[in-house]
Amino acid sequence: MTSPADVANPLLFFFMVITLFPLGLGPDPARLATLAPGILWVVALLASLMVSAKLFASDFEDGSLEQLALAPYPLAVTALAEVSAHWLATGFLLSLVSPMFAVMLGLPETGLATLLISLLLGTVCLTLIGALGSALTVNIRRGGLLLSLLIIPLNVPVLIFGTTAVREAVLGGNPESWLALLAGLALGSLVVVPLAIGAALRVSLDS
Amino acid sequence: MWTFIHKLGSPPWFFGFSGTLVRWLLPITVILLLVGAVWGLLVAPPDFRQGNSYRIIYIHVPAAVVALAGYYVMAFAGAVSLIWRIKMADVTMRAAAPVGAVLTAIALVTGAIWGKPTWGTWWVWDARITSMLILLFLYLGVVALFEAYENKTAAARACAVLSLVGMVNIPIIYKSVDWWYSLHQPASIKFTGESAIDSSMLYPLLLMIVAFYCLFTVTLLLNMRAELVWTHRASGWLKQLVGDS
Amino acid sequence: MYFESLSAMWHMDGHGFYVWLAYALTLLPLVIMIWLPLKRIRQHWRWLEAEQRRTAAATQTPAMGSDV
Repeated sequence: MTSPADVANPLLFFFMVITLFPLGLGPDPARLATLAPGILWVVALLASLMVSAKLFASDFEDGSLEQLALAPYPLAVTALAEVSAHWLATGFLLSLVSPMFAVMLGLPETGLATLLISLLLGTVCLTLIGALGSALTVNIRRGGLLLSLLIIPLNVPVLIFGTTAVREAVLGGNPESWLALLAGLALGSLVVVPLAIGAALRVSLDS
Repeated sequence: MWTFIHKLGSPPWFFGFSGTLVRWLLPITVILLLVGAVWGLLVAPPDFRQGNSYRIIYIHVPAAVVALAGYYVMAFAGAVSLIWRIKMADVTMRAAAPVGAVLTAIALVTGAIWGKPTWGTWWVWDARITSMLILLFLYLGVVALFEAYENKTAAARACAVLSLVGMVNIPIIYKSVDWWYSLHQPASIKFTGESAIDSSMLYPLLLMIVAFYCLFTVTLLLNMRAELVWTHRASGWLKQLVGDS
Repeated sequence: MYFESLSAMWHMDGHGFYVWLAYALTLLPLVIMIWLPLKRIRQHWRWLEAEQRRTAAATQTPAMGSDV
């Protein structure tokens, strides 16, 4: 199942890649603070990509995915359960630690709560879309990179809504409408994407 | 009408029908493209603000419009393939993807070339160009996914799932990029604003859009015919056609 | 015709490079997109015709004896 490394590695990745930005852009606090919402969100997206590749891989390899497909429950429901468990171990934790890294990048305190909420909602979408990518590529050799190519365009709205919400909060505006959009995306994804994941899993199992 | 759609699912019937259609549509497409291009390039007056560089609109906008429509054709064919397991729908989807991708690339390149004399830079992250770029990525993803699968039947179904998800996502992507752009630009500067277009410029544009739609259809049909001729090379109906020719 | 001379048409008041480049870069892929499947169809068709000729020839001439 999930080893401590599977939980810790994505968080470590998140931490280290965030560190690359001050190193690459220079330590000027004002500039980092301006860029912080975008940096945090993009790195969260990348971390989500990284963990998505493994979502169905182990189940596929040991044959348990085939067993699940034969079960009386629709595959979409099983997929949703797996994705939820995966999210708790990855996106959920990442959202919780994000304020700490936001502070390191100089994000003003007014933005921290919004960052947390936006990531909580957004990582739900990211994990679901990532799971779809995994389901489509699990039976392909070296499917990891292809997975990224497939799902990055699909994650653009989440990225835009998430960063805008944080930026609004920092500027003293009202992030609620953007958070509401994120919530809408999350709910919509929870309903629609598992169906696609189920279909994709069947394709991979049959191929 | 349902019988017509039913017949389209039969390779020999489709092959015959598409052959006749292409024989008419190909010359019509060429004529429409030529007339539209000459009209737009040489007859229509130059734009008040942009001068003659605006003439790129007559290829940029049609390419962009048909590229987006093409994705919906592809996704719709994918849906038909998934729901009713019709092989011809797979063929349609597979034929549509590269055409749409090329048209999207043309839209992006012509947009960039248009941008240089208009705004001074080859690339500007405005809402429409950025949305087009994401559309290109969506197309390339479908093509890449198809190439990655060895079992081509499974490949078609995987691409159907992906293009359906993409299709649902496209309005959301376009809307979010629209908002993203308007939030980051001061209201006074609008790179691609909506301005009233004079009818002397509108008619050649509409003609070119129709021409590009015809072009898409012709290319789609030709691609489908090329695939059928190869994959059905062992079937009786094709052998009969070859023997009769 | 808006333009008065061939050179005016080519020049387009300084924008000629961009306009003609854009049209050329559009025309090229469009032509290729139509030509490629046509070529493929022609090739496969000829292959099928040759195949039919081969099978027709094979059924007409009985197998050669081993005394050749």
